[in-house]
Amino acid sequence: MKKTARIAVALSIAALALSGCGERPSDDNDTNAQETPSASDSATTPKESHPNFKACMVSDSGGFDDKSFNQTSHDGLVKAKTDYGIKTGEAQSKADADYAPNLENLAKEGCNHISTVGFLLGEATEKAAKKHPKIDYSIVDFGYEKPAKNVKGLGFATDQPAYLAGYLAASQSESQIVGTFGGAKIPTVTIFMDGFVKGVEKYNEDKGADVKVVGWDVAKQDGSFTNDFENQAKGQSLADALIRQGADIVMPVAGPAGLGGLQAVKAAGKKAIWVDTDGCVSAAEYCDVLLSSVMKGMDVAVEDAIKSSIDGTFSNEPYMGTLENGGVALAPYHDFDSSIDQETKDEIDALKAQIISGEITIS
Amino acid sequence: MSGKRRFRLDGKWVDSVLTTVAAIFLALFIGAVLIALSNEDVVDSMGYFFVYPWDFFSRSFDVVGQSYGKLISASLGSGDALANTLNRSAPLICAGLGVSLAFRSGLFNIGAQGQIILGTLAASYVGFTWDLPGPILLLASVAAGILAGAFWGAIAGFLKAVAGAHEVISTIMLNQVAALGVLAYALSEMKAFQKPGDTLGLPQSPPVPDKAAFPELFGVHLGVVLALVAAAIVWWLLNRSTLGFELRSVGSNPEASRTAGMSTAKVFILTMAIAGALSGLAACMFINGDQASNNESLVGSVGFDAITVALLGRGTPLGSVLAGFLFGALAVGGGAMQTTDAGTAPEVVQVIQSLIVLFVAAPAAVRWLVRQRRKEPTSTFAAKGVTP
Repeated sequence: MKKTARIAVALSIAALALSGCGERPSDDNDTNAQETPSASDSATTPKESHPNFKACMVSDSGGFDDKSFNQTSHDGLVKAKTDYGIKTGEAQSKADADYAPNLENLAKEGCNHISTVGFLLGEATEKAAKKHPKIDYSIVDFGYEKPAKNVKGLGFATDQPAYLAGYLAASQSESQIVGTFGGAKIPTVTIFMDGFVKGVEKYNEDKGADVKVVGWDVAKQDGSFTNDFENQAKGQSLADALIRQGADIVMPVAGPAGLGGLQAVKAAGKKAIWVDTDGCVSAAEYCDVLLSSVMKGMDVAVEDAIKSSIDGTFSNEPYMGTLENGGVALAPYHDFDSSIDQETKDEIDALKAQIISGEITIS
Repeated sequence: MSGKRRFRLDGKWVDSVLTTVAAIFLALFIGAVLIALSNEDVVDSMGYFFVYPWDFFSRSFDVVGQSYGKLISASLGSGDALANTLNRSAPLICAGLGVSLAFRSGLFNIGAQGQIILGTLAASYVGFTWDLPGPILLLASVAAGILAGAFWGAIAGFLKAVAGAHEVISTIMLNQVAALGVLAYALSEMKAFQKPGDTLGLPQSPPVPDKAAFPELFGVHLGVVLALVAAAIVWWLLNRSTLGFELRSVGSNPEASRTAGMSTAKVFILTMAIAGALSGLAACMFINGDQASNNESLVGSVGFDAITVALLGRGTPLGSVLAGFLFGALAVGGGAMQTTDAGTAPEVVQVIQSLIVLFVAAPAAVRWLVRQRRKEPTSTFAAKGVTP
């Protein structure tokens, strides 16, 4: 007992001493804790306020912290929250069996717009949309042949900026060999590689050059894949293999696994092109080897889709991000801005204009 | 001889049930601490804990209450919720039975994952390509799933019987072959397994047609009944059949069994084939039950969760059913926790699951904790001869 008493005394002294340390925020935070779950929300003043609108999102089994398309799409949701002053809800899926229950739970939580991420959720989203006709749905990186009235597919013509990137890479290659590899042989990945190769071909045609591409064969639709979007070691070894084949510019299309590719490129003193986001922002440590990035504005598309639901202009017409509407883009040249000559920059701008006008069609 | 045996057969099951219940509550308690500490509001209130300690407690209580309230209501709270839980439990129960059965013959079947993957490929292929009248197609699809699982399991049994290859190594390797070799190749390279006419070339199969799906009653599909039937069959097999006797006998002492004239090779191969067949049945819960498209992430980690189900179920059929149901409920409810205002991460449930198994695997520690509470004399347990 003596011991217990001693500990109690020690604790109460400590409590007295420490009571000066923290300060409680104002009381109103406590009374309406339900509405403002965290103090940081009240710090940002939204442009608009729609407190009765709730936008929600379901991830695929990668989760929102995948440093890839789930995360970028989630950024769109977060941005919509701050820009339009709406409520948000989210559900991460740990397995495919989670998709349907997650969608159902969010519907029960009163979401007005539910975004889903990736083709794996294609069927679950369609079923949920039919069950809840009053909720708007949008799905990133997927499209339906016959979409339900309340489902919007969000697609991206990433072959357009990849075409520009291919042209750029061909113009900058000293070894006359450039390379690319993918995370998996699925259309949303290979479309980058198709555009890249065709951009290189365009350069060869215009300049009478003979720049080769390793890692992807458009005609055969076959090439190098990590078959893994997480494992950086696999990205590294594939990039190494491409460099051994003589490539001095590599474009990895493999999400986080592609970071391994950048590591290999940096170690070998070669150059690279990043995809999905501006690599100089998302992977700043590799900015000094990045010629540019092929950006895919999933966050923009998600935010736009949510916005259309708020405005009441939502339709099931698929969204396609293009160079024209800014849903896809070629990132700035950053560190290479001074070393890429003006002629090449002008040619790329001209190509971009031709793609927008429809003079050049890629697929 | 073995602690397992004593738990099961000598009427000490009360003891084992108590340990399990204590383990579950202990895990839920630690889960509650995690939920509270991972919540922003609660962490904020810790900054001024010594000024307004009540804030910390009331917020923690609120957050944990919301999360566990949702966990229970979303998994058991309504007819729909219960149906979800039952459907989600079915594959865990089947695969758990497969692992349990192998345990009893002394085999560590880590290969449920690979066996399920093979099962999904076969069941879905038969389901969406063969053109047969309704019930026959369903039967054929399920049979294909079971046979494919049995085949994949039997390979490991065969390697053990013939070449003495340790089943832990061979089943792990076979998991990799199934996931990276067979499944990934079939879905991305073989047109036969892809959606016919799918111009996108996505690496997934179409779902089976409605006539190859398990019929549903109140949202619960027939597969749940099949899982329970499978549990009954496994019970009969283990406790009433000659093969079951041989199986348990080899499990307790292979040398003695061999001397007694049993063929251990036969037992190894048959056990692994039956274990694989049960995993194959688990595969049908996805393909014929949920009518899911087969793809690389369909099975998730069910094959590995099955090992924990079998451990928690103490290698008995009834135990596997109960453990499978518990894990199914946790999976369904855990996903729902993140939709509350507290926004609790679904990962907490995985921690809880792991802790339950950890506490069950270390019963001595749990008993010690329980005993401290009750102030029971140490000698009670010692007298019963229960040692860690």
